[in-house]
Amino acid sequence: MKYTVALTLAAALVASPVLAAGTPQEERQLTMKSVGQAMGTLAKTAKGEINYDAAAVAKAFQTMNDATKNFVEKFPEGTETGHDTEASPKIWSDRTGFESAVDKFGNDTSNAVAAAPQDLDAFKVQFGKVAKNCSTCHEAYRVKKN
Amino acid sequence: MIRRIFITAVLLAIVAAVAAWFLSAPTTLSQTAFADLPDADLARGEEMFWAGGCNSCHAAPGAKGDEKLVMAGGLALKSDFGDFYAPNISPDKDAGLGNWSFSDFANSMKMGVGRDGEHLYPAFPYTSYTRMDMQDLNDLWAYMKTLPASSNVAPAHELGFPFNIRRAVGLWKRLYLKSGSVVRFASSDEAIQRGQYLVEGPGHCGECHTPRSLIGGLKLDVWLSGAKNPDGEGVIPNITPGGGLKSWSAGDIAYYLESGFTPDFDSVGGSMVSVQANMAKLPAADREAIAAYLKAIPAHGNGY
Ligand code: HEC
Ligand code: HEC
Ligand code: HEC
Repeated sequence: MKYTVALTLAAALVASPVLAAGTPQEERQLTMKSVGQAMGTLAKTAKGEINYDAAAVAKAFQTMNDATKNFVEKFPEGTETGHDTEASPKIWSDRTGFESAVDKFGNDTSNAVAAAPQDLDAFKVQFGKVAKNCSTCHEAYRVKKN
Repeated sequence: MIRRIFITAVLLAIVAAVAAWFLSAPTTLSQTAFADLPDADLARGEEMFWAGGCNSCHAAPGAKGDEKLVMAGGLALKSDFGDFYAPNISPDKDAGLGNWSFSDFANSMKMGVGRDGEHLYPAFPYTSYTRMDMQDLNDLWAYMKTLPASSNVAPAHELGFPFNIRRAVGLWKRLYLKSGSVVRFASSDEAIQRGQYLVEGPGHCGECHTPRSLIGGLKLDVWLSGAKNPDGEGVIPNITPGGGLKSWSAGDIAYYLESGFTPDFDSVGGSMVSVQANMAKLPAADREAIAAYLKAIPAHGNGY
């Protein structure tokens, strides 16, 4: 009996963050948070704040590439507002433009993973191409609401 | 009796109309403003071009790379008063400013008066550019003449009555065209002063980041406290130390202006993208000066 209660509790604890991240709005925000975190590693590397670590860089580019998979599916009709979303209405009025911005981000990050830069100079070339995607997409498809 | 009231009312209306006519008259710079200007410096003019962000509005919509140096015009600027279209300000003789003198140019930037002596609409942020030094304007003008010419003719503004009456802008300017500094500082720190000039003058940061009155004037008492996005959804953030920037160091602000990344590696978006791209072209000392100013100004709660 005790055992079942504990199990149920544990299950509830495990399940609750998953449930909280259940809406598409929340899922895409979590996805973008992971991109932001990966960006932290890359930007600090570019600034020379942390030593060059080829494995960490590859992992960060891979995290970004993973984020682009199924990303457009996280913007279904009916999720234009709610859950503090900062998605711009343009995502729905200009779907093709948005999808090609996601594709471009996917291509640039997969090229960066393939290039597997081994030193800072080689890295900066890939970093520059990847980083441009952030502001280009946020310019058109994201609006600050707070 | 009724007749007397009627005559008085008519007389008052005439007086008011005559007063409004005189009060709304365009004024231009005096000749002394042009005295003793040194020779124009193209490199400094280019810096003013980036600081002023002319390309954000005057480049063709969607322009990329070098196209951002062609001031062809055509971008629509939506507002509560109607749609404005940025004109062609390239050196083209017919479609652009090819026939303008420096005096014409300075009057547009500092007084909001066009070449034919007409009032310009404040969708052109001369309410900020009015704080620019004559020498900087002279350098900027020389630089702009080196940019490619374009024969594009931008669409006419689409404004309803009474906003389509340019003369009425004269009354608005009496209320809102002020060339003095917005913030007064006790200290005379050089970086803060440089930052003040860049933010309040050429950078025209307040035009987006400060809330406006019903008739579109900037509320200077809540300077940079954030505003509703004028052309669509969302807000423009509060950038005083009373908003989200409270937790940013001066270094964080300078890095954002250089790279577009916030301290938690979120990326710049919306209309700030083209501003940031221009800021990235300034010398590092200028971005640091802007950061020093933003850390030193009075804190306000969110203005939206
Ligand atoms: C293809 C479009 C696109 C690209 C490319 C993109 N983003 Fe985003 N990003 C978005 C959208 C849309 C949102 C808002 C999501 C929401 O609130 O529903 C967002 C939100 C964010 C957030 C806030 C997440 C949160 O809610 O806490 C961060 C951080 C972020 N992006 C970082 C980045 C970085 C860094 C890059 C570049 C490496 C990048 N993004 C590239 C579309 C994009
Ligand atoms: C926020 C958008 C915006 C920015 C930034 C901007 N302008 Fe303009 N500008 C306009 C609009 C809109 C007009 C049309 C005003 C009118 O018709 O009354 C205009 C008009 C002008 C004119 C008058 C042109 C004419 O034919 O009468 C000049 C000159 C000019 N701008 C120069 C500049 C320069 C130089 C810069 C950069 C330092 C600049 N502008 C930045 C929007 C902008
Ligand atoms: C054309 C309008 C516009 C102008 C002009 C403008 N900004 Fe912004 N600014 C924005 C918008 C919109 C954002 C929100 C960006 C986003 O969605 O990520 C922003 C964001 C910022 C931020 C980040 C705030 C935060 O909490 O994330 C800073 C700092 C900033 N601007 C500084 C400036 C400075 C300094 C200037 C003048 C040189 C300036 N801005 C001029 C529109 C503008």
